Amino acid sequence: MNLERIKYFNINLMEKTYYNPSDLRKFKNITEWSEELGEKFFEYYGKVFEEGALSAREKSLIALAVSHVVQCPYCIDAYTQDGLQRGINREEMMEAVHVGAAIQSGATLVHGVQMMNKYNKLSM
Amino acid sequence: MKIQSLKKRNSDLSQSERQLQILSNGLFADGELPTFKERLERAGKAPLTPGKLEILQVNVGYMCNQVCAHCHVDAGPDRKEIMTRDTMKEILSVIEKTGAHTLDLTGGAPEMNPDFRWFVEEASKVGISDFIVRSNLTIIKANKKYADLPEFFKKHGIHVVSSMPHWTRGKTDKQRGDGVFDKSIQALKDLNAVGYGMPGSGLKLDLVYNPSGAFLPGNQASLEKEFKKALLEDFGIHFHELFAITNLPISRFLDYLIASENYEDYMYNLVDAFNPAAVDNVMCTNTLSVSWDGWLYDCDFNQMLEMKVQSAVQHISDFNMEILQNRKIAICQHCYGCTAGAGSSCQGSVA
Repeated sequence: MNLERIKYFNINLMEKTYYNPSDLRKFKNITEWSEELGEKFFEYYGKVFEEGALSAREKSLIALAVSHVVQCPYCIDAYTQDGLQRGINREEMMEAVHVGAAIQSGATLVHGVQMMNKYNKLSM
Repeated sequence: MKIQSLKKRNSDLSQSERQLQILSNGLFADGELPTFKERLERAGKAPLTPGKLEILQVNVGYMCNQVCAHCHVDAGPDRKEIMTRDTMKEILSVIEKTGAHTLDLTGGAPEMNPDFRWFVEEASKVGISDFIVRSNLTIIKANKKYADLPEFFKKHGIHVVSSMPHWTRGKTDKQRGDGVFDKSIQALKDLNAVGYGMPGSGLKLDLVYNPSGAFLPGNQASLEKEFKKALLEDFGIHFHELFAITNLPISRFLDYLIASENYEDYMYNLVDAFNPAAVDNVMCTNTLSVSWDGWLYDCDFNQMLEMKVQSAVQHISDFNMEILQNRKIAICQHCYGCTAGAGSSCQGSVA
């Protein structure tokens, strides 16, 4: 496929969907409509991902897991790429996703106790 | 699937004009992204001019025993462009005249040039202090006649810089071909056995990491730590430094970017990651690249795009440092690859 066609398809197939992969590049533009809050957010965001008590590599894997749990396609794209750049391999990435999935399904299942409590309370 | 060179495939991307056309059209012609020249101007870094010549990087031929998916040279067994001994002699007389202290031999697989050993021996006599050979490693295992290369390198105190895209078999073989990982590991063990890469050893063995896909290399120091840990724990291999090099959007890597529909995102990533501090140390400011047929370029990438030095002197046979020193470095959008993030050069990060 030539580049002109790739461009054509990107524009025409994506503009009527809620999510557009190229919108990730425009993330920084949120600052344009609220400069102070936008800048504070990005400063905070940058600080969070710096090397600290946790390594930047560990933080990247946490971000990847959370991205899946909050089902943010932009974040999934961003932290898959970030992981590749850091040399994180696919087994590590998938295990991180399972950590997120386990917590999320655990959060559903632990409510089963509430269901059991209510069931028992209502039952003779 | 076995990869073939773009030239063998008769791909239009084997033509440098076509590559330059792609790099100048689309996003850059629309004004969606600034051209490299515009970005340099905005950063107050234009025009790019050379500093003192320190490194002569000589491409002794495009023939290679490997056909890597990302190769910017489009090298492979079918490439017949090979430097002759006459051109090597011209280079030797230039080394004597200039203060270049580093001779950086690349290819293809430089060891496949039939005059490779002769050239190294002669260059040793004319005052080269740092001698770099960019070895793909597998050449040492490719044929019996190359098996003594570690000893040959050692004899001449050659600084070996080897490609190793990952510490796992899967990623390495996908980029460089089946079996490359195992042969590379064997070759690294052979180099370690004669003293290369060992802690405290003066026999320098550095590895080159370049991403196996459409993403930029991460932090060089962190990657080095990962590589060292994995190669030592899994295979007992030692090496000195890791150079993280960005894949430039030319030749086979450009072909891959377009075919995988990653071209636009990759260019965005490169432009977004533009780092003015990296511009000050890009390799074209202290290096001259010589092609197999003696033409002069600002770097090996410009060589592949056939963008000769912008000077009255363009060939090794007419070499004149004074005239060359006054040139402006030839640039195009692929140059964003060397100024992204921590920068990239044949010596890895620069900022």
